[in-house]
Amino acid sequence: MATEAARFTLSPSRRTRRRKLVNFAMQGLATLAALSAVAVLALVIVSVAQRGAKALNWDFFTKTAATFGESGGGVANALVGSLVLVALATAIALPVAVLIALYVSEFAPPRIADLARLVLDVLNGLPSIIIGVFVYGLLVVGSGQAAWKGSFALAIIMLPLVARATQEVLALVPPTLREGALALGASRWRTVLGVVLPTSVGGILTGTVLAVARAAGETAPLLFTTSIVANTVTWDPRQPMLSIPLSIFQLSESPDPADHARAWALALVLLSFILVASLTARTLLARSRRKLER
Amino acid sequence: MRTVAPIEIAQPHEASLSASDREAVFETRGLTVSYGKAPAVSNVDLSIYRNLVTAIIGPSGCGKSTFLRSLNRMNDLVPSAKVEGEVLYHGQNIYGDGVDPVEVRRRIGMVFQKPNPFPKSIYDNVAWGLRVLGMKDDLDGRVERALTQAALWDEVKDRLKKGAFGLSGGQQQRLCLARAIAVEPDVVLLDEPASALDPIATSKIEDLMHELKNDYTLVIVTHNMQQAARVADLTAFFTLERTEEGGHGVLVEYGETPKIFTQPADRRTEGYVTGRFG
Amino acid sequence: MGLTGAATLAAFLLLFGIAWKILDLSRPAISRYGFGFITHQGWDTVHRQFGALDLIWGTAITSFLALLVAAPVSIAIGLYLSELAPRGFRLIIGTLVELLAAIPSVVLGLWGILVLGPFVGAHIEPWLQRHLGFIPLFSGSPQNVGILIAVLVLTIMIVPICSSICRELFLSVPSELEEGAMALGATRWEMVRGVVLPYTRSGVSAALILGLGRAVGEAIAVSMVIGAGFGIHWSLFATGDTLASKIANQYQSADTDILRSSLVYLAGILLIISLLVNLAAQVIVRRFSYQRVGGT
Repeated sequence: MATEAARFTLSPSRRTRRRKLVNFAMQGLATLAALSAVAVLALVIVSVAQRGAKALNWDFFTKTAATFGESGGGVANALVGSLVLVALATAIALPVAVLIALYVSEFAPPRIADLARLVLDVLNGLPSIIIGVFVYGLLVVGSGQAAWKGSFALAIIMLPLVARATQEVLALVPPTLREGALALGASRWRTVLGVVLPTSVGGILTGTVLAVARAAGETAPLLFTTSIVANTVTWDPRQPMLSIPLSIFQLSESPDPADHARAWALALVLLSFILVASLTARTLLARSRRKLER
Repeated sequence: MRTVAPIEIAQPHEASLSASDREAVFETRGLTVSYGKAPAVSNVDLSIYRNLVTAIIGPSGCGKSTFLRSLNRMNDLVPSAKVEGEVLYHGQNIYGDGVDPVEVRRRIGMVFQKPNPFPKSIYDNVAWGLRVLGMKDDLDGRVERALTQAALWDEVKDRLKKGAFGLSGGQQQRLCLARAIAVEPDVVLLDEPASALDPIATSKIEDLMHELKNDYTLVIVTHNMQQAARVADLTAFFTLERTEEGGHGVLVEYGETPKIFTQPADRRTEGYVTGRFG
Repeated sequence: MGLTGAATLAAFLLLFGIAWKILDLSRPAISRYGFGFITHQGWDTVHRQFGALDLIWGTAITSFLALLVAAPVSIAIGLYLSELAPRGFRLIIGTLVELLAAIPSVVLGLWGILVLGPFVGAHIEPWLQRHLGFIPLFSGSPQNVGILIAVLVLTIMIVPICSSICRELFLSVPSELEEGAMALGATRWEMVRGVVLPYTRSGVSAALILGLGRAVGEAIAVSMVIGAGFGIHWSLFATGDTLASKIANQYQSADTDILRSSLVYLAGILLIISLLVNLAAQVIVRRFSYQRVGGT
């Protein structure tokens, strides 16, 4: 029976030890990969925070760029510009996206719905520089740059994001809710407006916040539509305006280290906004999902 | 004691069956498995004997599957699972220090309730375990032997390279059995192996078990009493014991199958096998 | 119904409008250079001889190299987040990886020029040249800008997208398949290699192709770190340009019609490449989800 005991031993054989070593190594590699990604994130954030904090001061937020040769000045025009550009883009994209999402989930025949989803996915995957060239050709050629044209380009980028998020949350609305309203004699439209949409507001909001975060960071679509600006703060969308990313892009091309410092500071502002928006959207998403799945 | 025999015991059992003559492959001592704080099965002392078919029966929720999975440390895969007590495999506690679950599972195989063949060809389903465990000599031969033992060879020998999903449910389950026995385990655990199958496929599996027990030790969990009566040499009856927190499974009675079904010692066993509950 | 249908129609029209407008704006260049534009090397603004070959090469090499690095990293991270990480870590690290995706390309580009580039130029490239300089890829003199840095930046952009998709894919593998493999006595890695990866093969491919599409279309970050170089070189230390970054660099200062039109011709080539890549990914995704029982 001694040989029996040996046959059934549970301590690892040499081969098993080797397999366990491979297993351990692979787990190590995967952990390393994940930690590298986190490390890169940390590196970027730390760089931006460290270098950006130095240039943050009151002037930064309130003044526009100093005239050549003088020190000081700020990026007030870019801050205002981003605000106007993104707000206008949201105003354009949000209603259209919700309408499209409603069509796709409530009214469209299945084949058209699939096709529409494909179109939205393709739009989403288009390089944003191509969108910039398109809007340039469509609106700017012959008539000059303007902020609203830049917003139009940003809206094209936001559209698929908001539409997809809206679709997803519409799909979560329980069919019983719709059927209940229809059974009471409400028309499809009234059902949608009165019942389906209100339940979906949370998801639509989340999608919009994420799209706003994305639009706030886009540079390429604005390059040809609203980048040649006067050095004043303007709120008029018929004038071209700088945005924060555009400003960073332009400042990075300058040889002046003071400009670089301002670029870092702008990056800090932008990154802070985006990180806060992303985390907010994430918590909103978790909360609305929990509400709908009850 | 009056005899209660609502079920036909199909086969007479050999006299040399006496379990106490045989070696105990498993011996559990005070085995308690909990998920989180609630115990699923509590304080089980049970021995499994060599080259016999042991059936675990009982009402749903009484921890039969949990008990079965604790024999090959499959509960380790559930993060909240906690095991107390000992499970001795040929005298060694499989939950002891220095014991690797990988080695445990190599010797103690499992067939699951729902057939779960890999998304590979029939051949590769059987060969995968062999390759991983380094049993690559005479791979073709090993695959053929395993499929033959699982009574599947004739049906698939001409389409070994085809995908496993093309097989019927019963064939897939026999493939999973072939896959498990190809790596030459000591024990095969079967967790309700026929519950997802039609009656013909079920009886094929049951016939197999009579053959397989010559080479392996089999433990089968089943909710079908007739099945236990047909295939098992020994039967263990578990039931649900209710407490304030809910309930947990306990071992009520364990013995030779004819006795459990015709002359159960415990009222609860009697109630279950006569169909009064469960 | 009418309003929502109209909105959807507008989206269709938008897509076609984009393609049409690009075609329209590039017409002068197409009629002047024809398809030879695609194979012509060199971008001579003085003599008005423009060709896309350098840029197609630049796009191809930066995107494919970035994918080459990003693919195993993304798969590894996806596995980490779905199989290996302790439960508590999964959410945190998963969120952090997704935050990496949220960093705007201009910020990554800024970090690229001012932090990563100098570091790579001062430490990594000299090291590579010293030890591996016999390989043409690592010949040439180290600089703070160039193809290698662009590849690194693109990798950083691709990884979060691909790893998120991979994580979802790996989580979708039915647990009974995984249990079947573990019950045979396989280690976790063997189970991943034998069951999880084969099961998710097409989805992972689609994810990687989507990542490639992202890399191909990236204009801003690449234009900031690639150095606006000319010609086709083997050395990764050299500067270069891609379709997207060329457009970003030159469009604002383009003073002649033919130059502008040629740049839009580049945009057209980029559009076609991008559409092909993204359509390929969509096709795989849709075919893949039909293969599952019940579809998605």
